[in-house]
Amino acid sequence: MLGLETHVELGTASKMFCSCSTVFGAKPNTQVCPVCLALPGSLPVANGAAVESAIRLGLMLNCSIASWCRFARKNYFYPDMPKNYQISQYDEPLCTDGYLDVAVETPDGPREFRVGIERVHMEEDTGKTSHVGGATGRIHGADYSIVDYNRAGIPLLEVVTKPIEHTGEFAPEAARAYVRELRDLVRSLGISDVRMEEGSLRCDVNVSLMPRGGTEWGTRSETKNVNSLRSVERAVRHEMERQAGLLDAGQRVVQETRHFQEASGTTVSGRSKEEAQDYRYFPDPDLVPVAPSAEWIEELRATLPEPPAAKRARLQAEWGLSDEELRDLVNAEATDLVAATVDAGAPSAEARKWWLNELSRRSTEAEISLSALAITPAQVARIIALVAEGTLTNKLARQVVDGVLNGEGTPDEVVDARGLKVVSDDSALGAAVDAAIADNPDAAEKVRSGKVAAAGALVGAVMKATRGQADAGRARELILERLGAG
Amino acid sequence: MGAELLRMSASELGAAIRTGETTSAAATEAYLDRIVEVDGEVHAFLHVDREAALEQARAVDARLAEGAEPGPLAGVPVAHKDVFTTKDMPTTAASKILEGWRPPYDATVTTRLREAGLVILGKTNMDEFAMGSSTENSAYGTTRNPWDLSRIPGGSSGGSSAAVAAYEAPLATGTDTGGSIRQPAAVCGLVGAKPTYGGSSRYGLIAFASSLDTPGPFARNVLDAAMLHEAFSGHDPRDSTSVDAPVPPVVEAARRADIEGLRVGVVKELDGEGYQPGVLRRFHETVELLEGLGAKVAEVSCPSFGAALAAYYLIAPSECSSNLARFDAMRYGLRVGDDGTRSAEEVMALTRAEGFGPEVKRRIILGTYALSSGYYDAYYGSAQQVRTLVKRDFDAAFGSVDVLVSPTTPTTAFPIGERADDPMAMYLADLCTIPSNLAGNAALSVPCGLAPEDGLPVGLQIMAPALADDRTYRVGAAVEAALARQNGSDLLSGSAFAV
Ligand SMILES: [Zn+2]
Repeated sequence: MLGLETHVELGTASKMFCSCSTVFGAKPNTQVCPVCLALPGSLPVANGAAVESAIRLGLMLNCSIASWCRFARKNYFYPDMPKNYQISQYDEPLCTDGYLDVAVETPDGPREFRVGIERVHMEEDTGKTSHVGGATGRIHGADYSIVDYNRAGIPLLEVVTKPIEHTGEFAPEAARAYVRELRDLVRSLGISDVRMEEGSLRCDVNVSLMPRGGTEWGTRSETKNVNSLRSVERAVRHEMERQAGLLDAGQRVVQETRHFQEASGTTVSGRSKEEAQDYRYFPDPDLVPVAPSAEWIEELRATLPEPPAAKRARLQAEWGLSDEELRDLVNAEATDLVAATVDAGAPSAEARKWWLNELSRRSTEAEISLSALAITPAQVARIIALVAEGTLTNKLARQVVDGVLNGEGTPDEVVDARGLKVVSDDSALGAAVDAAIADNPDAAEKVRSGKVAAAGALVGAVMKATRGQADAGRARELILERLGAG
Repeated sequence: MGAELLRMSASELGAAIRTGETTSAAATEAYLDRIVEVDGEVHAFLHVDREAALEQARAVDARLAEGAEPGPLAGVPVAHKDVFTTKDMPTTAASKILEGWRPPYDATVTTRLREAGLVILGKTNMDEFAMGSSTENSAYGTTRNPWDLSRIPGGSSGGSSAAVAAYEAPLATGTDTGGSIRQPAAVCGLVGAKPTYGGSSRYGLIAFASSLDTPGPFARNVLDAAMLHEAFSGHDPRDSTSVDAPVPPVVEAARRADIEGLRVGVVKELDGEGYQPGVLRRFHETVELLEGLGAKVAEVSCPSFGAALAAYYLIAPSECSSNLARFDAMRYGLRVGDDGTRSAEEVMALTRAEGFGPEVKRRIILGTYALSSGYYDAYYGSAQQVRTLVKRDFDAAFGSVDVLVSPTTPTTAFPIGERADDPMAMYLADLCTIPSNLAGNAALSVPCGLAPEDGLPVGLQIMAPALADDRTYRVGAAVEAALARQNGSDLLSGSAFAV
């Protein structure tokens, strides 16, 4: 049995309870104020944009939206938490009881799972602690710790699944598929940039096993802060194998929190639940209840985008893709990029070809995701257009991509700056043709005498002289014309 | 000239400054001199910066000379409870854990005082984090009652009440969580109001119990209190619980002072056993006085008020246990034991052990316990149910009467030290005031004479529905005027510190 708790960092301009900026990567402790530093006397005020994002995600996940709910304080001491309590939601979440359908590839073809959504609630992030000195980077053994409060108060949505059963041996793949589907859904809503490498989507993974032929689920473990799709899959697989090993050896599984080790793909024991904290939750008296009106919820429902699964089906039909072609596109995380490129005017086949071949290769080389490449779908569409109109050859187009990725400007700017335009202007080309004829009298003579095939050598000479920028077809026309064979 | 300025009411002083009869600088200087003269005995202030206060006063004089009209209290000095943040003065909430802390921001109440042209003389003493009824819980020494220096000035806003009663300031701010304005006002012979919860902003008020804390005014008369109330109240977008409604017409009500036909309810449960006889006597006389002024008086029962005190002592400590968690030595305030060998947790623990006083620790422990899993429903949960019942009692009562009245506090000022080791006896001082905090409605205390047995002031509490603060001022002003007619002088003129 699986359970996932996913934290989504929202992309609102300001923090959950104050007006500080949320931009990632600023100098430590520069995006802070009395509220998010918890100075005495300061008070939180809920960010309406964050509430709106939460409702929209809840609606996308088919949840019921509470007409009245409160924030709660989760009390525990930790240096990266300025108030020593976190404002979260406890027994009155904003969104409850929804679902998300996900598909998993199996040797017997795709299988669909419906993942029940228990709740979506709002909370604030903590500051970020770095432990300096010591071998592990963890607090124990560190010489000292430094805290950056820029992250303190960033709005988070926590999406909690109901227990996911019946995934059997495909549980790791199902977990990954769920997180990917959730991520795509969040991205389609535009409420977060969901960059897992920046920690804007983090998962806690619960796993428990049922003995073959048994009827009850065993003790579960909770693995914290699993921060990539691949890690989600590996963490679940490792926990299944570890727990199965224990059970097979007649040992018991301990209910505990575990940490995922990125390097080894394993989990190690953290705090055991026996010493679990009492968070002393109670409704936060500083904040008025959130009470979205039915009209507002309906207004927000009208702003919902096409769900990613529906969009994929539509694109498959529109672009005439086979299931395999669609799967390649999805696995390459290229669907939205190709769609945006098509929206910018490119034919779908060309757009697909560029993103899946040339650009996928570049992203692999740079070890970044496809969407992190420094080229936009609109720029790719422009390059495709330049090839189609004959201004660029495919080879030149790849040089334009180099330029754009290098930060040299837009495709047109790169073409100009690097002088990459195909030479089709007749006067420039004419000079190159004349020179080729003069330099290759034998070939010219053969063409004059009717052996048109010999023109190839002359075209080659023109292309060589123009460093490949000539329009080969036009060059051929000019050669035949001049030699009276046209 | 000095004594004459001190004797003026705040409204008179504001008028005199506006007409050029005197200046803010002269008035401020007179009060600063008075502080030098008497505060050694009274110890109302934790911080006074003479030069800064005079500079503020001269700036207001200059603004007025340029034709600015900041409001009727422009240029009038005010004493500010040390629980409100002030950029230009330390803010400690009378706790060691914040010794010397200078906030980088002003509380909304502070900002509004400045905008209205009031001159902040300094910060007043209080019970640590506003927890107490006597100022004996201050980490910086006890404030004394100007009527009798061996007695308490009330609390938690005891520095503010003593400052106004000793003529060290014409006005003062306070905060009322369970009676922390009304009780000190009553025992010092002053007017003190607890506005409707959310009617005045909590932004920059160092929190004790967030769902109860309410900033309010102290003054020597009802009109002055109303003017200060109006000056700093009103909606604040930085406080989520702030009410987005106009400030009730309190100044107009204080001027009107007419209660003909008003329906007054005497709360049966706040009258009788356990009260000092002289307090009850003055209270009953005042009720008769109200009747004589044309009010229709009836007895009203609020059966759940009997459980209010117990509910309060679960809710307030629960909230404070969480509110005070932020004092952890990490970002501001005291830090104990940070010698490079101790962990953050150890430094936090040492700092809190040394920085908090015994009453604060008692309430943190009480609240932590009340919120613990397994106890939550029995304690915090039940207390919230009582709170709902108290609100219902008020709603029912205000269905048949316009205001409710009771003594403000069961006794007059008690001797310093008498209840210091008996928290239950101390908590009883807030018996009559707590219901209005639980319900969040408006209440005011106005002097209603001196108790015959000890010659100390007695307060009448007037309670009105939420956002009907003006009614409390109307009744308060009527009582004040009738007593002045009856006695030929105001109450404070009988104090040892009268000027
Ligand atoms: Zn902030």
